[in-house]
Amino acid sequence: MILSWIAAALSRMVSYGTPLLLGTLGEIYAERSGVLNLGVEGMMILGAVSAFATAYTTGNPWLALLAAAAAGGLSSLIHGFFSISLRANQVISGLALTMFGLGLSGLFGKGFAGLPLDNPLPKVTVPLLAEVPLLGTALFQDKSPLIYLGILLTPVLWFLLFRTSLGVNIRSVGENPAAADAAGLNVWRIRYGCVFFGGVMAGLAGGFLSVAYRPAWTQGMTSGMGWIVVALTIFASWNPTRGLFGAYFFGLLFYLSYRLQPWLAPEILQMAPYLGAVLALVLINLFQKRKGGPEALMEPYKRGEK
Amino acid sequence: MEKIRVVKRGSPSAKKIFLVSFLSLLGALAVASLIFFLYGVNPFQAYARLIGGSLGSPYSIGETLRRAIPLLLVGTGLTLAFRGSFWNIGAEGQLLLGAMAAAGVALFSRLPSPLLLPAMFLGGFFAGALWALLPALLKSKLGVNEVITTLMLNYVAMNLILYLVQGPWRGTQKWGFPYTDDIPPAARLDTIGETSVHWPTLILGLCLALLIYWVLHHTTYGFEIRVLGENPEAGHFAGMSPVKTTALVALVSGGLAGLAGVGEVAGVHHMLRNPGQISLGYGYTAIIVAWLARRNPLATVLTALFFGAILTGGDALKISLGLPFQVVDVLNGLILFFLIGGELLLEYGLEWGTEGERR
Repeated sequence: MILSWIAAALSRMVSYGTPLLLGTLGEIYAERSGVLNLGVEGMMILGAVSAFATAYTTGNPWLALLAAAAAGGLSSLIHGFFSISLRANQVISGLALTMFGLGLSGLFGKGFAGLPLDNPLPKVTVPLLAEVPLLGTALFQDKSPLIYLGILLTPVLWFLLFRTSLGVNIRSVGENPAAADAAGLNVWRIRYGCVFFGGVMAGLAGGFLSVAYRPAWTQGMTSGMGWIVVALTIFASWNPTRGLFGAYFFGLLFYLSYRLQPWLAPEILQMAPYLGAVLALVLINLFQKRKGGPEALMEPYKRGEK
Repeated sequence: MEKIRVVKRGSPSAKKIFLVSFLSLLGALAVASLIFFLYGVNPFQAYARLIGGSLGSPYSIGETLRRAIPLLLVGTGLTLAFRGSFWNIGAEGQLLLGAMAAAGVALFSRLPSPLLLPAMFLGGFFAGALWALLPALLKSKLGVNEVITTLMLNYVAMNLILYLVQGPWRGTQKWGFPYTDDIPPAARLDTIGETSVHWPTLILGLCLALLIYWVLHHTTYGFEIRVLGENPEAGHFAGMSPVKTTALVALVSGGLAGLAGVGEVAGVHHMLRNPGQISLGYGYTAIIVAWLARRNPLATVLTALFFGAILTGGDALKISLGLPFQVVDVLNGLILFFLIGGELLLEYGLEWGTEGERR
């Protein structure tokens, strides 16, 4: 009884945590390169609507994921253009992207609202691993491939960021772009690359929601998940592995907010990610002798200034 | 070879600011008409409906005005916050806290009728102000970035209101809807004729816009805010206190957002209900209101009206052309993009000719 309850909780935890994880992994890279992108919610929902529209019209859910990634990636370039090329205020540009994405998805998704999707993303069972009692069944039986993608990408992205020269380059561009530039790095290209990657991941997260998690399109279906991603990125102190734990933790909280409904109002637990992010920022600033996060976050870079 | 190049300029004239803002709006509307066209709607027809639906009849003018009221209050507060370099993105939550305080006072305080409305406005101001004070203190004492904290607190506020209207504050006469009971008649604001323009809040907003403009430009407080906003090191060197100034602009901008929330409860809804119904994203739209006004409190009077008209016109588009209300978000997002793009033009300006030609 208790065991099956735990298994169900773990299974829901990874399902709900996966879009958060995918989005967070992308945002970690964008912010590590020095670009805060508050447009996650907008990119995510553009990914969701593009994925659903593609899956519905072509019947191919894999093509749908490609469309989601493309929609997220392309929309992130708008933010890149304003914040990197034009050196506009990153906060305002990101907010504009969220408004634009929510609006555009509402406009072009209108015809798809409420339609059933006959061909959602197939579920995959990992042989052997799924045989492991409790944990194996909960995590590896009948799961969306995107869940596995999130689990696999986390260590890869951690390794890339902290153990390779590419990772060093990304981090130095986010910490001190002038020095990175002087050392011969292409600040412009690295920042664009990271923002684009963030957009692709946010798009995939949206695609997961509309063709795998609950295969349907509804207006505003990301319902603030993009903002949880922004919160999680801080909560994880810009580290992919901590991002995984954070995303699953909030996934679990979300599940619990429904299961504990008779005893505790779900709204109280749903405040947790946001309060958690504030608390994390406070702790980072209290115990580290530096500003929380990449030093040059939110600072546009222009050669020859400072 | 003839090339466009970017040249850094001194501070731009008022005429140029106006021209660039106007061109930015035009650019945004041009891109939006492309989107209308792709959607299968004649852009000229859409804009005609947008204007007709927001300004074409006494009723629609009333609707535009009533949406302009919260935008004016919040936008004015944000001009002050942005001038003082306090990046308050949390006006949505501060507005909701003001609405909550107003409903709480109206429903549960048992104050005598004449004191009810003043107490609601006072309570709403302080609720919004305190909601903004926490991020301000975290910023000045610990260096915590206020963009993220104010933003996160929006979602805390939303969930708090949801909790109240579905739980402890849920009305007994609302057939199970997530609403509180109606507030007593003495707690409601007077409106102009048949419209829902709660004029006392409108007057309050206009007076506060004037007052804040005056404080910003004709008092030492305002001078300190502007100096610390533009050049914190110089301000600090001159003995000004960034902690005090940040707290002040946070309190005022949060308080004004709170007042907007009071207006929505006392003047429009007469109850507390879902956050999405109390505020049509006023806290976010007001960021564009303040930005288009170029952080000038007096100019928010015009820009608040403009966005009030867009919100009202969005409703008209929904009814007459079947466009979803999200069309407003498309317009808002595009306008914001073009505004920040236009700032580059203001700051630098484009010139024809190759570099070195004129030097």
